[in-house]
Amino acid sequence: MKKLLSILFFAAIISGCSSNVKLNDVPVEDRSGANPSTAASSVSSLDARGIGSLNGIKPGPAGVANVIYFDYDSYSIKPEFQSVLEAHARFIKADGTRRANIEGHTDERGGSEYNLALGQKRAEAVRRALNALGVTDGQMEAVSYGKEKPAMTGSDEASFSKNRRSEITYR
Amino acid sequence: MLNKRFFLQILSGIFLLLIAHVSHAQFRVEVSGVGLTQVPIAIAPLRGEEGVPQKISAIVQADLERSGQFKVLATGKVMDETERPDVGDLRQKGADGVLTGSISRMSDGRYDVRIRLWDVVRNQDLGAMSYLVVAADLRLASHQISDLVYLKLTGDKGVFSTRIAYVTKSSSGRYNLWVADSDGENAQSALASPEPIISPSWAPNGTQLAYVSFESRKPVVYVHDVASGKRRLLANFKGSNSAPSWSPDGRTVAVTLSRDGGSQLFLLDSQGGEPRRLTQSVAIDTETVFSPDGTAIYFVSDRGGSPQIYRMPAMGGPANRVTFTGNYNISPALSPDGRWMAYISRIGNAYKLHVMDIASGNASAITDTTADERPSFAPNSRLIVFATRQEGREALMTTTLDGRIKARLAGQGGDIREPNWGPFSKAQP
Repeated sequence: MKKLLSILFFAAIISGCSSNVKLNDVPVEDRSGANPSTAASSVSSLDARGIGSLNGIKPGPAGVANVIYFDYDSYSIKPEFQSVLEAHARFIKADGTRRANIEGHTDERGGSEYNLALGQKRAEAVRRALNALGVTDGQMEAVSYGKEKPAMTGSDEASFSKNRRSEITYR
Repeated sequence: MLNKRFFLQILSGIFLLLIAHVSHAQFRVEVSGVGLTQVPIAIAPLRGEEGVPQKISAIVQADLERSGQFKVLATGKVMDETERPDVGDLRQKGADGVLTGSISRMSDGRYDVRIRLWDVVRNQDLGAMSYLVVAADLRLASHQISDLVYLKLTGDKGVFSTRIAYVTKSSSGRYNLWVADSDGENAQSALASPEPIISPSWAPNGTQLAYVSFESRKPVVYVHDVASGKRRLLANFKGSNSAPSWSPDGRTVAVTLSRDGGSQLFLLDSQGGEPRRLTQSVAIDTETVFSPDGTAIYFVSDRGGSPQIYRMPAMGGPANRVTFTGNYNISPALSPDGRWMAYISRIGNAYKLHVMDIASGNASAITDTTADERPSFAPNSRLIVFATRQEGREALMTTTLDGRIKARLAGQGGDIREPNWGPFSKAQP
C-alpha cells in the first residue's frame, strides 16, 4: 500500500508541474540506493536535504568544535576560539589531501546579497586566521551562505547570536 | 469493506496533496490603498463565462486594479461585444469606459474569446479583439486583454502579460525557482533544489534567468534557459559567486566574486570566460545593476563605513555616492525609463522600500512593512515588485511608485521571496 501511495504521490507531483517551462530538478546523489525519479522509491527520498548535506562531507578533528561565533556587526575572531582554530590548523596540516570548507553565515536581518558579502567576511576572517597558523590557501576555501542557512530560526538575539558564525567542514 | 474504505482514505489523501501542490503557487490580490488619478472603467461579465476554467473578467479586473491606474466598476450585467452599451447609464455610474465580450468553446476544445472596448464619454468604439486559445492559455489571453485596455485608456504599455521570477521555500526546506504571470498566478517551476536559490535575474531578451544556487554547498551563478530547461555554469570560481545582473544588451553579466579575497565586482561575457575585475577596494562591493543605457552601474559598497549605493561608469572609473540618508542602503533597482531608483533603507530596526527621483535625489519610503527586500521594476516603470514579511510569512507585493496602491501576491504553503520582474515579451506588438 505504501508503494501505491508513493507512486500516486509522484504522479501528483508530475501532474502539478506540467508546463512549457521545463522542470530542472537538481540531481542529488542518493546514497540509499533509491532513485527519486522512479516511482518505486519511498516518499521520504523525495526530500534529499539530508542526503545532500551528507554528500561528500568528511569528519574533522575529533572532539573539536567546528563553529566559530561572532559578535553583532563584527568580523573578527574572539580569543576564546583561538584553540579551536589551532586544532583545525594542526588537523589540516597533518594531511595534505584534507580540504577545509569555511562557510560564513549571518543573522536574518537585511538583504540576501549584502548578507552574503558579510558572511564572506566572517569566512575569510577564519581563512586568514588559519593562514597565520600555517595552513595554505590550496587546502581551504572560504565561501558564504549569507542569511540563507540559519542555525536557529528564531527572530531574537539568542537565535541571531547562534547564526552569526563560520563553520568549518571537510571534504 | 475495510480495504475499500482504506483505499478511499488514500484517494482523498492524494486529492489533498494535489490541492496543496496546486494552491502552493496561488496568489491573492489585496489592494490596500486608494489612488487619486484613476480611470473609472466598467467591466461586464463575458457572455458564456460560467463554466469556463478561468473567469476572464475577474482576471482583467484584478490586473487593472493592481496597476493603480484604474478604478473598476463591476456592472454585474452581461454585455457581449456585439451589443451597443447604454452609455447614459454607464456615465451616470461614473464610468469612462466599458469592456464587453463573450467566450465560447469551439468543437476542437479551444475557446473563442472576443472583447470590445467602448469609450463611454465619447460614445465611441475603441476596438475589438478576438483570441482563439486552449484552456491553458486563458489566463494569458486575459492578461493580453488587460494590456489592450491599459494601452487604449492610458496611452502606456501594460505589463500584464510579462512574467515574474521568484523563489519559494517550503516548510520542509525545499527551494523552488518559479516563473509566473505578472499576477503571480500560473507559476511554473524552473528549478527545484534542497539548497537555497537566490538572486534570479532576467536576461533582457526574457528567455534566460541568471541566479545563484547553493546546490554544490557554495554560491555559484547559473544561466538557465527558461523554455528548454537547459542551464550552464556562468561563474564558479573559488570562494563565493553571486549577485548576477545583465547589461541592457545582454552581452555582459556583472557578478560579485570573492576569488581574489573580499567581495568585489566583476564583468563576465554572458557566454562565460575570464572575468574582468571592475572594482579594487578593500571594502564590500556588491549588488550591481546597469543603468538602462548601459553606460553606468549602480552598486552597494561599505567603503565609507556603512553600506551605501554608489554609481560609476560601466567600463570602470571613479565611483560617486548616490545615497546620503541613513546608514544602511542596499539592493538598488533602476526603472527602465531611467528616472527612478528603488532601494531598501534601514530606518531604526525597519527595512523599508524607498523610491528616489534620480534627477533631484529626493527619496521617500513607500511601505508600511518593516522587512522589505529586493525591489524590481515592471518594464513600463509604473510598478515595483518586492519581497517583504506579512503576518509572519515571507510574501511578495507590488506597489505603485507613490506607494498608494499595493497588492499582495502572497500564496499559502511556503515562504515567497527573491522576486525579479521580467522584460516585455518580444512577441508582443
